[in-house]
Amino acid sequence: MSLFLFLSFVALLSALGVVLAKNPVHSVLFLILTFFTLSAHYLMLNAQFLAAVNIIVYAGAIMVLFLFVIMFLNLNEDTEPHKPALAQIAATIAGGSLLLIMVAALHNVQPVGYDPATFDSQVGMVDRLGMVLFKQYSLPFELASILLLAAMVGSVMLGKRETGERNF
Amino acid sequence: MSLESLGWQGLVILVVFGVSLLIATYCTYAERVIAAFLQDRVGPDRAGPFGLAQPLADAVKLFTKEEFFPSGANKALFIFGPCLAMITALMSSAVIPFGSFLKFGTTIVHLQGIEINVGMLYVFGIVSLGVYGIMIGGWASNNKFSLLGAIRAASQNISYELAMGLALIAVLMMSGSLSLRDITLQQSVPGEWQFWNIVKQPLGFIIFIVCAFAETNRTPFDLPECETELVGGYHTEYSSMKMGLYLFAEYVNVFVASAVMSVIYFGGFNFPFQYELRGWLSSSQGLSLDAAQNIVAILGVVSVFAKIFAFIFFFMWVRWTLPRFRYDQLMRLGWTILIPLAIFNILLTGGLITTGIIPEIKHWW
Repeated sequence: MSLFLFLSFVALLSALGVVLAKNPVHSVLFLILTFFTLSAHYLMLNAQFLAAVNIIVYAGAIMVLFLFVIMFLNLNEDTEPHKPALAQIAATIAGGSLLLIMVAALHNVQPVGYDPATFDSQVGMVDRLGMVLFKQYSLPFELASILLLAAMVGSVMLGKRETGERNF
Repeated sequence: MSLESLGWQGLVILVVFGVSLLIATYCTYAERVIAAFLQDRVGPDRAGPFGLAQPLADAVKLFTKEEFFPSGANKALFIFGPCLAMITALMSSAVIPFGSFLKFGTTIVHLQGIEINVGMLYVFGIVSLGVYGIMIGGWASNNKFSLLGAIRAASQNISYELAMGLALIAVLMMSGSLSLRDITLQQSVPGEWQFWNIVKQPLGFIIFIVCAFAETNRTPFDLPECETELVGGYHTEYSSMKMGLYLFAEYVNVFVASAVMSVIYFGGFNFPFQYELRGWLSSSQGLSLDAAQNIVAILGVVSVFAKIFAFIFFFMWVRWTLPRFRYDQLMRLGWTILIPLAIFNILLTGGLITTGIIPEIKHWW
């Protein structure tokens, strides 16, 4: 329980850091820390596969690209555009009402406990997840994989050198 | 897990940590000796017998050098970069099985930091984080050469991770397990012929080793620190031990990459006729079964380190043999050659498994 509280504390703190940091690079680094704490939460739920994939995909690949782009843009406090007051007020109201809806939807929720007699400790393991994906959800899974493969083939095609094109 | 075996496991973790650092230290020496040998020079021979104290002398030199912070650098991230590079390099050796197990009475000590169900994904995740140390350090230096090096490192790592993952998927299809211990044990079955994965996955291994060179930023893919174009690449502005940590992290990465290749493709701690040797020791030499197992386990550790050293030598051999690629050639190789080849390898493996040419895996242990 204390580990959960600590992780949640770090997660919330680093998530706030993403929004409040003045430097975009610091924001990205806070976001990576947030992903790590989320992965730790997955581990506490015994979902090893999800934790590892979360690190590989989000922290390892997507955030590297974020950092990459932000480093190229050379954003800092001087170049930050100052938004008009109207936009700021509108954003505050929109964000606040989203928070209100979340709180309203969740404040009555009873935490679902588990029954120790029927609890399956293997539920988040790789082989169990594979069984579910390939038996229960095989069509959506295959469709998603075709989508990803198409994206990858597309990127390779874009990178291919046309005939007569210069080397660089 | 009892308290005693927990203590043993802690000891194993400390030993793995120490050995990774020791090997990385002596890699700096080995690199110079091998470079000298390949270029027909003498190499370091002044500090201690055969120059063996050279790494210590280097460490003293690096520690006593001036600490320099470039103007306009982001100081916190400038210090954080090399730390991160070192941390991520050292983390991945935790799941590598360096030996089967030792048995003392009822206590069984597995010669592996931690055994987890998703070992391969763990290594892959840590490897993909390795680029952050370089990116943060390069950006925080406030130097355009450093930034260019960092950006090269980022795009190179992302590109080669894909092919590396696809090469591993083919191994995964055969093994049916993500645990590195399972993958090792499957490569040697008592009482029958069983080949190491290199025989079943030659193409996958070639893709993997090329990607390993790119991921560890070793020549011919050391574009992030290409000194003819970028002064020193991402560590241009670094001095003193922070520079040392970057160089050191590279050698730890080389060690880990060699260990992963030995485990996944070259049988890990298995060596030919190990079960016959164990049977012979316990039946005709009068040793107890536990003692025979311990001897075989220790020989297994020797065999996995022999494979690792062979790969480290290969890394250095290539460094002093091949010239550096051009950056666009590097990207073209990754995206238009290695990835299609890796996908073809997956199809091939799938076909061979379906037709039964690659036999089904056995969970014999």
